[in-house]
Amino acid sequence: MTNRTILVLLDPATEVRTGVLELLTIARGLGRVEAVSLESPTVEALAQLGAYGVGTVRQAELPPALHGDERHLPAVVAAALAAAVRRADADVVLLPTSFANKEAAALAAHHLGAGLIIDAAAVSEDDDRRVVGSKRVFAGSWDTACAVTTDVAVITVRANAVVPAAAEAAVEPVVEGFAVQVPELPVTLVSRTVKPRTSGRPSLEEAAVVVAGGRGTGGDFGPVEDLADALGAAVGASRDAVFEGWWDAYIGQTGVTIAPRVYIGAGISGAPHHRGGMQAAQVIVAVNSDPEAPIFEICDFAVVGDLADVLPQAAAEIRKHKG
Amino acid sequence: MRIVVTVKYVPDINTERGFEDCRVVRSPAEGTLNELDENALEAALQLVEAAGQGEVVALTVAAPDGDVALRKAFQMGVTRGVRVSDDALAGSDYFGTAAALAAAVRKLEEESPVDLVITGMAALDGLGSVVPVLLAAELGRPALHLAKKLAVSGGTVTVVREADDVTEELSAPLPAVVSVTDTANRPRFPNFKLIMAARTREIEAWTAADLGLDPATVGAAGARTQTVSAAPRPPRPETQLVTDKGDGGVALAEFLLRNDLV
Ligand SMILES: Cc1cc2nc3c(=O)[nH]c(=O)nc-3n(C[C@H](O)[C@H](O)[C@H](O)COP(=O)(O)OP(=O)(O)OC[C@H]3O[C@@H](n4cnc5c(N)ncnc54)[C@H](O)[C@@H]3O)c2cc1C
Repeated sequence: MTNRTILVLLDPATEVRTGVLELLTIARGLGRVEAVSLESPTVEALAQLGAYGVGTVRQAELPPALHGDERHLPAVVAAALAAAVRRADADVVLLPTSFANKEAAALAAHHLGAGLIIDAAAVSEDDDRRVVGSKRVFAGSWDTACAVTTDVAVITVRANAVVPAAAEAAVEPVVEGFAVQVPELPVTLVSRTVKPRTSGRPSLEEAAVVVAGGRGTGGDFGPVEDLADALGAAVGASRDAVFEGWWDAYIGQTGVTIAPRVYIGAGISGAPHHRGGMQAAQVIVAVNSDPEAPIFEICDFAVVGDLADVLPQAAAEIRKHKG
Repeated sequence: MRIVVTVKYVPDINTERGFEDCRVVRSPAEGTLNELDENALEAALQLVEAAGQGEVVALTVAAPDGDVALRKAFQMGVTRGVRVSDDALAGSDYFGTAAALAAAVRKLEEESPVDLVITGMAALDGLGSVVPVLLAAELGRPALHLAKKLAVSGGTVTVVREADDVTEELSAPLPAVVSVTDTANRPRFPNFKLIMAARTREIEAWTAADLGLDPATVGAAGARTQTVSAAPRPPRPETQLVTDKGDGGVALAEFLLRNDLV
């Protein structure tokens, strides 16, 4: 163990999402862990942070001139992270990978002159005590490792990189405010709407099991949702299915990148663009009526058949087992 | 309306991609224009066409093989291509690449103002999506990233962005930097006339020195990260393929249960 200080972005601070718990677990392996928030953490959030070994929560005090939603702009998050690093004399900043966080991470690294790693699957230390981020690239076909050569490292980490584990001993976190200067924003936020999370289903980004439907559903996502619910899984889609208006979020290089324990693709051919977003899954399962479907090349298990028959039967069988 | 579009030369995602000595293998036979940059080129061409006057300049930082990317831009209707090539730039990280692109944009500005810089949402090799962010930061210009809708009027650019379950409308005064997603438009197919013209169009090659870049701040020398290993993943075990004869769903459930995946 070293005397490094690791900051983990806690956004929102009203709940501690699984992705953040994973980051805290990784961070404890690197040094002393603190959280950075842009709002006051709830009592529940603090208790959970304490259980994960977070001694200090640094809460950004943003300029009053910022209007409500502007605090979500990556430029603001980046200013807060950079100020927190200076304040805590921190060595590493970890953020869960998302489009907004990639932007915030890049800007924070720009402010700090820090090295930047995007979408790491693991973070470790090498023999020279440099921070190393490992990632899986080229649609899951290569593993690379990058060492950060600057004093400060800013790293976004993909979901499901580790299984979250609480600290051996819980601590009582203290919340410490710190002032953040935000230079005048050159961009005007005209409006911002957040899609509500589907209650009862995990989010696609964080889910351990994902069932995805493609053009082969013919527009009926019923069987896909049925199997997902039997498994407690998230539902995803191919881009074609989203373009058809059958579902709202797609998996792939330009959509959501996922790395769940299990990916089940139904009526999806397995185009390279789609694979790029799911090939890091630990176990890949497919259901496709075409025995030559390209997705079968990367599967652990596959059923050649009509998804409208196979998925409901699988869902019923799993429900039977669960009792 | 004068627009610079940054383009990248990447290995085709339909080919075996790989690394050699910790660097991405870029073989001319399998290299191509990053597909997502076609959306940026399309957006720029549409804006210039709507304005009735102006210019789209395609800009790349690459070895001479990267001309392939610029030729594809010409095929879509771009009339000027600039390639920044220098041994000093080899091994650049996100920051080095952004610094070189920014320096080239500034050099283009010396000729006449650049209203917009448009980029794709990501490069399909690295998928970082951060070079556009850093380019805007280097240039000190407003950044509007991941636009799925883009409009310019009266010196203001407005975008709608959709990312991570959030929809935002953002606006900023020109000059600005915008990245567009793959859903922003449908890139045009080149026509015969443009394909022929693209073959002979001249490409301007600039060096790090032309841009006043300090070699110590770019390339491997200036990089803040260093790739220390790159190894191909072991092949996946054989696929267990079951043909549904009325019990395919049961077989699927059993596979999941047997492997403790439920
Ligand atoms: C720049 C760019 C970026 C892209 N990014 C993405 C991305 O991020 N994500 C993405 O997914 N795509 C992306 N695409 C699109 C991608 O190239 C494919 O077109 C898309 O993934 C195909 O979707 P699909 O598999 O649902 O459809 P198809 O390729 O049409 O496949 C449908 C499959 O369903 C099977 N099928 C049909 N009926 C049944 C049935 N009853 N039961 C079982 N199986 C059945 C068929 O055999 C077939 O294999 C991108 C494309 C471009 C150009």
